[in-house]
Amino acid sequence: MKRFYHHELEDLRTKLILMGEKANTAARIAIDGFLESDLDKIEKALSLDDAIDHLEIEIDRASVRYITLRSPVSSDVRFIFVAIKASHDLERAGDEAHSIAKRAKNILIRDGRIENPVNIEAMSLIACSMMKDAISCFVEEDLELAKAVIERDKEVNRLHKEHFKSLSIGAEGDSAEASTRVETIIISKSIERIADHAKNLAEETIYLLTGQPASNDPA
Amino acid sequence: MSTSTSSTIAGSGTGTPIIKIRNFDFAYGDSQALFDINMDINEKEVTAFIGPSGCGKSTFLRCFNRMNDLIDIARIKNGEVKISDVNIYNKDVDVIELRKHVGMVFQKSNPFPKSIYDNIAYGLRIQGVKKKSSLDEVVEKCLRSAALWDEVKDRLNESALGMSGGQQQRLCIARALAVRPKILLMDEPCSALDPIATAKVEELIHELKQDYTIVIVTHSMQQAARVSDRTAFFYLGKLIEYDKTDNIFMNPRDPQTEAYISGRFG
Repeated sequence: MKRFYHHELEDLRTKLILMGEKANTAARIAIDGFLESDLDKIEKALSLDDAIDHLEIEIDRASVRYITLRSPVSSDVRFIFVAIKASHDLERAGDEAHSIAKRAKNILIRDGRIENPVNIEAMSLIACSMMKDAISCFVEEDLELAKAVIERDKEVNRLHKEHFKSLSIGAEGDSAEASTRVETIIISKSIERIADHAKNLAEETIYLLTGQPASNDPA
Repeated sequence: MSTSTSSTIAGSGTGTPIIKIRNFDFAYGDSQALFDINMDINEKEVTAFIGPSGCGKSTFLRCFNRMNDLIDIARIKNGEVKISDVNIYNKDVDVIELRKHVGMVFQKSNPFPKSIYDNIAYGLRIQGVKKKSSLDEVVEKCLRSAALWDEVKDRLNESALGMSGGQQQRLCIARALAVRPKILLMDEPCSALDPIATAKVEELIHELKQDYTIVIVTHSMQQAARVSDRTAFFYLGKLIEYDKTDNIFMNPRDPQTEAYISGRFG
């Protein structure tokens, strides 16, 4: 029997999907803005952060309200906890997108254009596809896709390590080039963190669908 | 704490009060059961009364249709209860007429030992309605309103006592609706029901509030949280806190309310 308040879970799910779309859009256009030296895209990415933050607050409130008033159990209570955790991951992914846009803007204003000394594009393609698929596996309840998202995180980590090594050389000192290298390291790190949040989302989806943690290793 | 602040009277938010209680003191003989209650109950909302046993919530509920008149030692010491701006304790108020407007459903379902059809038609027949088509119409409408029609439409002439407990309780709600009340009082209507039957009654309460004002006494705080728009917490005959249900359960103002709803009472 469907209860009169079950639509509140649907509303929550809709909000979470909307937040995922916004976080994904923010990440993609922030990276595009960096890769294409496009200030309009950078500004657009910066402007999305407030809406993402606001959605996290709404999801938190709705989740606490549902737990308090509706006494959820089993898959419903798992869904609520996943909603709280996933919205936190999406908010953090939004923060990383904001950070990428801010650094890209700094470089663009200082240098006039953005050199891309390392292959940020390859890394960002994986990270953005991970975020997109992490949201899809939640929406479509696709366990296999969730597992695939988790697997791809290793490649992003490897690329970030490469970038870090490469960009660290010449990153000392007060020169404009050094500043750009440091900010590009931070951008690379933010992309790596976006992939981490996508991985978390996939793990949360596995917990939602199976009732079991995605990893048996508590470490 | 004072029980007569404006926020306690109305709870927060907007609404149109249909029941107004002011400075209400009630006693059984020398034992005072309710102390200086001030409260507005909004129409077409569900208002829940919660509190430990003996706190006066059922006594208070029974004041709204003067059921306490049936107890010899019961007396109003002070104050008034107005329904649609009429003090129901005025001498010229017809109690039978009052109870047509303020229906009641009890803890234990109490269908008459008659057919399902006759249970619903009973009140109308007493009012003088004899036309079969009119009775048929009301019986179907009330059973539909009580989400019971599909379950009983093929056995309307069977005894109501053969129904399940949950069905009997919904039949009692349908019977109360037959005389077109404005207000429906429910005194622990689900306490004798299993979880499925309870869920059906709760769904029904949610549906009925579109047309009726419902006041429910419940020992289940989860039920109050699920079904009500506003909740009043009573303790030792006093109204401790009255507010939107969201506020009462998520952020109550009074530490006694917090202690009670979180199980830290006593």
